[in-house]
Amino acid sequence: MKLIVAIIQPHRLEAVKEELYKAEVNLITVSEVLGHGRQKGVTEVYRGFKETGNLLRKVRLEIAVNDSFVEPTIKAITTGARSGQTGDGKIFVLPLEECYRIRTGETGREAIG
Amino acid sequence: MVTKRLESCMGLRMGTFWPCVLVLGLAVTGYGAEAAAPAAAAVPKIDSGDTAWVLISAALVMLMTPGLAFFYGGLVRRKNYLSVLMQCMIILAALSIQWVLFGYSLSFAPGSKWLGSLDWVGLRGVGFAPYPDYAATIPHQVFMIFQGMFAVITPGLIIGAFAERMKFSAFLVFTLLWATFIYDPVAHWVWGVGGFLRNMGALDFAGGTVVHINAGIAALATALVIGKRKSVDKHPIPPHSLPFSVLGAALLWFGWFGFNAGSALGANGLAGNAFVVTNTAAAAAALMWALLDWTINGAPTMLGTISGAVAGLVAITPAAGFVGVGSAIAIGVGVSVVCFVAVSYIKPLFGYDDSLDAFGVHGVGGTLGALATGLFASKAVNPAGADGLFFGNPRQLLIQAIAVAVTAVYAFVGTLILYKLVDVLIGVRVSDKDEAMGLDLTQHNERASTMLE
Repeated sequence: MKLIVAIIQPHRLEAVKEELYKAEVNLITVSEVLGHGRQKGVTEVYRGFKETGNLLRKVRLEIAVNDSFVEPTIKAITTGARSGQTGDGKIFVLPLEECYRIRTGETGREAIG
Repeated sequence: MVTKRLESCMGLRMGTFWPCVLVLGLAVTGYGAEAAAPAAAAVPKIDSGDTAWVLISAALVMLMTPGLAFFYGGLVRRKNYLSVLMQCMIILAALSIQWVLFGYSLSFAPGSKWLGSLDWVGLRGVGFAPYPDYAATIPHQVFMIFQGMFAVITPGLIIGAFAERMKFSAFLVFTLLWATFIYDPVAHWVWGVGGFLRNMGALDFAGGTVVHINAGIAALATALVIGKRKSVDKHPIPPHSLPFSVLGAALLWFGWFGFNAGSALGANGLAGNAFVVTNTAAAAAALMWALLDWTINGAPTMLGTISGAVAGLVAITPAAGFVGVGSAIAIGVGVSVVCFVAVSYIKPLFGYDDSLDAFGVHGVGGTLGALATGLFASKAVNPAGADGLFFGNPRQLLIQAIAVAVTAVYAFVGTLILYKLVDVLIGVRVSDKDEAMGLDLTQHNERASTMLE
């Protein structure tokens, strides 16, 4: 079992969801987050006061998958989120120790799917 | 409103004066004692159109205080959002009471050169009959409540200087003291019967001196003594919700029609002129600030555009009844340039933290407007007014400058004294911990919106 965490551009969320749906990955948690990578953030101006390096809006995905779904999930996110520009985002794959489904008490493979 | 507004009202008074004389004359020449009684008690005739317009205007000016709350509220951090809304709303409540109990009397009851008497405490004698020295064609009570809305919003303007760091209890006491010892006397000087600035001939159609310079200078004084917000040195504090500020600015612009056109105290051509030049100056100033942002900072900003609009409204306030459309455009363009420099360059140079630029917009813009009135005023627009420098009367500019200087010095020194008094009695500033947590939670036990559910 793996936990896949991805940081993507907000406007790519719909495309990524579409690709994940095609790959039959249906369980996903999405949060709005702030951050920046190589883009170095944005400049804002308020009544003449400039602030550089402000954080950008990003979307963070969390998807728990069984091992066989790791590659298709990564492929789906990459296909949906890539534009070729800096700021497309990152995908992190983490080992996942256990998973419980609260409603039934199932654990492991069954709980994830 | 001011002196010249009063003189324009005297024009109306003449209309009712001559019939009264006629009736009196008839009475004297033998038309009997019955005729003499009503004539002696002759009350100037109330005009329903004038009364309706001034009542509506009072309601428009009332709406400016919640408008100001949104304008300022959007500019602070979200942890202090309610505190600013609360300060504005409690001013609306507290000063409405102060005004009917004794504020109106101190400001407008005939008294000395310096302060009104206590004759009208609790609105004694302020009833349905007009008080012709102020407004001959509307009930005295209507004039009183219209003025009351000005008394409400003026201390509200100062909030911009000390936002995000003042204890609510101290704020409430300071505001009541300020309204009583600063606003009421200055209103009397400029507008009250016998007030010395009124007698000197200073032009202030709708309150550039009494409202904007007075509050703007008080803002500078409080910003200097209360000190900076924590962390403001390290980076500027961005507004938490500019759309709310835009809503607030729109309500201010709307309410300002009551503020300025209502100050004609009648539904007449002068009100129409004030309405037109008010809108024109706000528009010119909003455009100018957007252009300055575009050329100097790289993009036209929403905050800049609404700041310009408010600056334009401030500057046209004293001039609204004395200038034409061309002058209004010049005043709007001029005030945006001056206020833009004040908030972007002068404030950082001196390093005071006027959080929301109450001084930068109201103090600076109000001063520019008062002086511009001395330049652009024209008897062609309002025969009851005066000509300014550009119309051959340099003396008017001098009178305007004296009125500005006297008000500024009194407001600055008086505000410092009241501030120190409240600081000794209560302590003005919240603790560092409370400031970090935000005033909403620490002063009001509430938050503006929930994060979850």
